[in-house]
Amino acid sequence: MSDRLLDGLTSRRAGIALLAVTLCLPPFYLDAFWLRIGLFSMAAAIGAVGLALLTGTAGQLSLGHAFFLAVGAYGYVWLAGEPGPGLPPGLAALLAVLLAGAAGGLFSPVAGRVRGIYLGIATLALVFLGHHVLLTADSVTGGFNGRSVPPLTLGGFTFGAGDPELTVLGVPFGAEERLWFLGLALFAFTWFTARGLLRGRPGRALAALRDSETAAGVMGVDVARHRSAAFVVSSLYAGLAGVLLALAFRRVVPDYFSLALSVDYLAMIVIGGLGSVAGATAGAVFVTALPLLMTRYADQLPLVTAPGSAEGFVGPTEAARYLYGAAIVLVLLYAPDGLHGIVRRARDRVRLRRPRTPGTDPVTSPPQPAAAARSKEHTP
Amino acid sequence: MTGFLDNLLGGLALGAVYALIALGFVVIFKASGVLNFAHGSLLLFGGYLTAVLHDDLGFAGALALAVLATAVLAGVLDRFLLQRGGQSAHSAHVQTIITIGIDIVLLTDLARRIGGDLLSLGDPWGDSVTALGPVTVADSRLAAILVSTVVIGAVFALFRFTPWGLSLRAAAEDLEAAALMGVRLSRVRAGAWCLAGALAALAAVFLAAFPAPGLERTTGQIALNAFPAAILGGLASPAGALAGSLLIGLTEALVVGHQSDLHMLGEGFGDVAPYAVMLLVLLIRPNGLFGAKGAVRV
Repeated sequence: MSDRLLDGLTSRRAGIALLAVTLCLPPFYLDAFWLRIGLFSMAAAIGAVGLALLTGTAGQLSLGHAFFLAVGAYGYVWLAGEPGPGLPPGLAALLAVLLAGAAGGLFSPVAGRVRGIYLGIATLALVFLGHHVLLTADSVTGGFNGRSVPPLTLGGFTFGAGDPELTVLGVPFGAEERLWFLGLALFAFTWFTARGLLRGRPGRALAALRDSETAAGVMGVDVARHRSAAFVVSSLYAGLAGVLLALAFRRVVPDYFSLALSVDYLAMIVIGGLGSVAGATAGAVFVTALPLLMTRYADQLPLVTAPGSAEGFVGPTEAARYLYGAAIVLVLLYAPDGLHGIVRRARDRVRLRRPRTPGTDPVTSPPQPAAAARSKEHTP
Repeated sequence: MTGFLDNLLGGLALGAVYALIALGFVVIFKASGVLNFAHGSLLLFGGYLTAVLHDDLGFAGALALAVLATAVLAGVLDRFLLQRGGQSAHSAHVQTIITIGIDIVLLTDLARRIGGDLLSLGDPWGDSVTALGPVTVADSRLAAILVSTVVIGAVFALFRFTPWGLSLRAAAEDLEAAALMGVRLSRVRAGAWCLAGALAALAAVFLAAFPAPGLERTTGQIALNAFPAAILGGLASPAGALAGSLLIGLTEALVVGHQSDLHMLGEGFGDVAPYAVMLLVLLIRPNGLFGAKGAVRV
């Protein structure tokens, strides 16, 4: 039995290492378009993990995620740029993330008292008020036209074009390639910290809160503290995602951080499967990459026309929106636990079948549930 | 002083239209526990139908057909998409998110059809105004106040005096008990959605009428301003929705009217003032002005 466990662990480690290596490869083979998709997906995944923690695990519906992303993005731009304090970009990025967390903390008087759908609408207010501030506080945010984003520099190394010129294995490393590795590092950080949080004591406390606040309170969970802590942590992740998005876009504009963005993030965690880090990541990639890919391949898709062609036909952005709206409805109707649940069910099915493959000892294999026995008839 | 009265009347008219929308939110929430994010696109659907049909059918015919069609659409969406999930409290949240998906599909389609156009609904008021003592009011605003008052009165009577209203109130109180008493929940629900759809289509007319330039692809977003109105009053309370709508309408009109005095809040604060008011109210009363705090059973 322990051999099996060890086997499982090693194969798991090997799998993670393989995944890590695979994720390091794209900058050497793919062009900037694909790298940008990857970058946006990684940024979105970081933000989505934060929202999954808040809405999926802690059960606090939030439509205000765009606001916290904006705080992170604009915080970085203002702290690192002119006009602004002009701090070293690394420090500015850190402070921007903390600023987003502080914004989440400031909202806790509302988050601690308001429940359910009321909280969803209250956070909606954050998006609209935040958008208004972004438009009107010209000196900080640059108003309607936004501001350009200063590149991130860490110890003399710039995550942008040039300075120092860098060529790895014959591939010139421009902004996209460098940011890819930055995004990867930040995403790995998010992945491990969020999983640690969810699988440890705080995650259990939050799940207990979601299922019944009164019961959790009776069991010794400090309700108000955990509710606001969930908000702060989720905002921290959102701030991090905001910084990365700002770096990838190289320009931040207020209209990006609108209600639609909040809804996108909600859709990511719903499509991915509520309350799971892997699900949130899958959802983020799906929601981010779909419109970009459809725009790129518009001329090869049936029923879709290239942007700017004859009116009355469905453009790629619209086609992506249709698909995306339909995906939300269909996923919730037919697979309420999202992509994560679909994968898990498929994996369970494979595992149940495995003992019957030749070479395994029938004596040590666990008793097969009825479902597996039935499915045997279908195997060819 | 005249300016103040002007703003007051404008605010009342706006509040009356918000009330039509917010009442829709409340009816749906009472019957199904769902917050309908697709309300804005239902409203746009009603407005769009009126705009397209009024050349052939005349304004009244087009409006009647649009109201009917929107009601049917809302009922169908509820019956065939949302009610598949069952009636439990958990599924109410899931259904709320489904309405977001529905909204995205509907809105994308309507926005694609409308494009950058400004559609006229062919309403009979045009840009005529009436002098009421010292102030002049657009006829469309008077019509909005009048029609909303009559319709809302009728809806309240529906709640109070009809068997359907009784069923709705019973279902809002306790789903299981209502079902045991012989209330057919799915019909009550579908009826509530139809009513809300009809109200939204009606509201579209007044949102697109003078002094607004016409129906645009963004008109549906105004329905979002009725969220604060419905939440302010307490989502489960029709009277609260009414009070909240008037409060939001007046706030918005007064903030816009006194824009120059409120310069430090920035330009266009009127658009977000409803949300600021809502946050303040929720801080003090987390369940809205008229919301009741229910006992929690474990």
